[in-house]
Amino acid sequence: MPRIVVDVMPKPEILDPQGKAIAGALPRLGLDGFVEVRQGKRFELTIDGEATDEALAKARTAATTLLSNPVIEDVTRVEWINDAAAGDVE
Amino acid sequence: MSAEATGQKFNIDTVEHAAGTPETDLPWAELGLKDNEFARIQEILGRRPTAAELAMYSVMWSEHCSYKSSKVHLSQFGEKVTEKMKEHLLVGIGENAGVVDIGDGWAVTFKVESHNHPSMVEPYQGAATGVGGIVRDIISMGARPVAVMDPLRFGAIDHPDTARVVHGVVAGIGGYGNSLGLPNIGGEVVFDSVYQGNPLVNALAVGVLRHEDIRLANASGTGNKVVLFGARTGGDGIGGASVLASESFDDTKPSKRPAVQVGDPFAEKVLIECCLELFKASVVEGIQDLGAAGISCATSELASNGDGGMHVELTNVLLRDPSLTPGEILMSESQERMMAVVTPENQAAFEAIMDKWNVEYSWLGEVTGTGRLVIDWAGETIVDVDPRTVAHDGPVYERPFARPEWLDALQQQKFDGERPASDSELRAAVLELMASPNMCSKDWITNQYDRYVQGNTAMAMPDDAGVVRVDEETGLGVAISTDCNARYSYLNPYEGARAALAEAYRNVATSGAKPLAVTDCLNFGSPEDPAIMWQFAETVRGLADACQELGVPVTGGNVSLYNQTGGVGIHPTPVVGVLGVFDDVTRRTPSGWREDGQAIYLLGTTRDELDGSEWANLRGHLGGQPPVVDLEAEMTLAAILINSSRDGMIDSAHDLSEGGLAAALSESSLRFGVGARIGLDELCERDGVDAFTALFSESHGRAIVGVPRSEEVRFKDMCTARRFPFIRVGVVDTANGALDVQGRFSLPLDELRAAHEGTLPKYFG
Repeated sequence: MPRIVVDVMPKPEILDPQGKAIAGALPRLGLDGFVEVRQGKRFELTIDGEATDEALAKARTAATTLLSNPVIEDVTRVEWINDAAAGDVE
Repeated sequence: MSAEATGQKFNIDTVEHAAGTPETDLPWAELGLKDNEFARIQEILGRRPTAAELAMYSVMWSEHCSYKSSKVHLSQFGEKVTEKMKEHLLVGIGENAGVVDIGDGWAVTFKVESHNHPSMVEPYQGAATGVGGIVRDIISMGARPVAVMDPLRFGAIDHPDTARVVHGVVAGIGGYGNSLGLPNIGGEVVFDSVYQGNPLVNALAVGVLRHEDIRLANASGTGNKVVLFGARTGGDGIGGASVLASESFDDTKPSKRPAVQVGDPFAEKVLIECCLELFKASVVEGIQDLGAAGISCATSELASNGDGGMHVELTNVLLRDPSLTPGEILMSESQERMMAVVTPENQAAFEAIMDKWNVEYSWLGEVTGTGRLVIDWAGETIVDVDPRTVAHDGPVYERPFARPEWLDALQQQKFDGERPASDSELRAAVLELMASPNMCSKDWITNQYDRYVQGNTAMAMPDDAGVVRVDEETGLGVAISTDCNARYSYLNPYEGARAALAEAYRNVATSGAKPLAVTDCLNFGSPEDPAIMWQFAETVRGLADACQELGVPVTGGNVSLYNQTGGVGIHPTPVVGVLGVFDDVTRRTPSGWREDGQAIYLLGTTRDELDGSEWANLRGHLGGQPPVVDLEAEMTLAAILINSSRDGMIDSAHDLSEGGLAAALSESSLRFGVGARIGLDELCERDGVDAFTALFSESHGRAIVGVPRSEEVRFKDMCTARRFPFIRVGVVDTANGALDVQGRFSLPLDELRAAHEGTLPKYFG
């Protein structure tokens, strides 16, 4: 079945304590060289039916109204993903 | 935002440039300044401000930071203070928080603040950073934070938007406070449709310190270094104070939304421990937390409270976002930051402590003797001001105020609604009251907070006051209660303010502690409305008068104006916190009954006072005059409660306030699940009231106490000697499992508990 992926990231100007914690942990594990970590979240929405523009539009609405908090987060991607490579690369 | 943002970033608006370009258009109106204020800034500087100076003045002269509308009234808190009231006061109004002497070399600092507007925009982060901000105020006094409390006001419980706000705010307070490891020992929760567009999130914190550890926010000693430490500065919360907290909300301007900060409680916890180590090692001369108005506030306040000069290089500020303009850096409200003044000899010791706690810091500049606050950007001067003109000599408005015309008519409308008379009606009324949104159990909320962490909490919700132990050896401790009935204040703001203080004072005394000091958070609508300004003026006058009569000084607090959405203002909501002291917290008086056969006495007189009451509220009525406050009687009652607690004459005590005797009896029985047999006939006869009035009236100056049989004579003699009315209204019954109002009705505790505890889970669970 066709699936849509939605990526949500904290707005650039907003503090991201989780990303900061990860950035602090990396060098402690010997993984040097990363200057910043920002942590977002990814949603996969599965459609029952055809991959229509209307479904994508609905997903966009869902992304901005429910899946993200518009005060502190940005929706950075709303796209169809290729099921053959689901969960991996689109 | 400013010339530098639209043009190329490195084309900085220097003081020199500003002097040569007087005609440059500046966005002062967008930053919330009025034309007369902008003219005054130009007059002070003798030229146009630079973009960075404009940013500083705009946030520091905002209502939130400058108290420009409230100042002329707040001065009463200082004027109406006697020498006697200052006896226990180590630090008064004006510093980050007041400090009170509690004996044995110990001191306590406490303060309540609002975080209403951020919590409306983003409930979770708004409430969380509210806790973080007030905790930093406590740290900056040199104290270890030991507890927090949260007085909350939400819209109607059944409104579709209320659950969103409640869930966010409660989770935010719990998420931040629990992560810090601070017990949340009480507060209030009120639901009323007047708060629909303007929820009130007030946060109180208490800290403990030794007298010699008090730290003040001033920058003294020419040549001393200025350091910024803690989290990095980012673009969050820019203009929060000027735009968010100082204007009414209006749906047409969604651009106000992003002025929200995100908190990191784990960073704050490290900051607490790191600051305490700095204090212990005596390596800081002055310290200031960064809250509203960020670096603008910290530099100008530190400089103007000290020798009057500071020179700072702004490019030294560690940034999370390197694209920030100087003006944005000055205005940013990024959380978990502190500024300190350190002597050159202590710099190395300071750095060692920072490194130990892995806290980032940067040396910004030094204290000077010039009387000027000078801020450079890569060596070029972008701010050159007298810091007092920024921090203290902001605009002061004598806003017009006038008693609203509608008030007379409102005060004429006495409660004339349903008065249950039959036994079954009374029974149903008690159940309805105890299940109502404002009287129901708040366990669903307080269970999300950690109440006992640190092991020093002696009492917390649902008792009348929160009690924490300060000294583990002696048991020395403090009790705190916050109270406010905004309906009383709406009906009569002068009396409402006195009632809020009387109730908080009574609650502290009910726990057995001696009230010492007051903090307040005054939440109001727009000061530009003369009716609201009148409510504010009357509130301050009432509170200052009442503090003087009770002999307890206001030590600090906060004013939150513009709690107004779409032209609808909140009821005047002066939240009053009272702090009291115990010699030994093991002598605290719990609010519930435990011992079979103990006599239950009602202290005080019951009058027919239902206007503004919970019962009237349940019947949709709001009119008339609130219950009369008699502060002489309150002081006598408090003395009786404190002395009888200390001398072991009472085993339980519960004050009577919202919901009257019905609520007090219900709560005292539910506290430990122990019932009682109650008789109202003698009370009704003595005070000339019917059973309904006896149960539901909200007359002040009353409390119920549980007296062991062996102490009854002594207790009665004491009340008689003090000429305070007392009457035996019943006896504790551990066997009947019910609140049994004899000859009228019986309420099994299971049924009462189900009603009392079911409400919040039904709406939010």
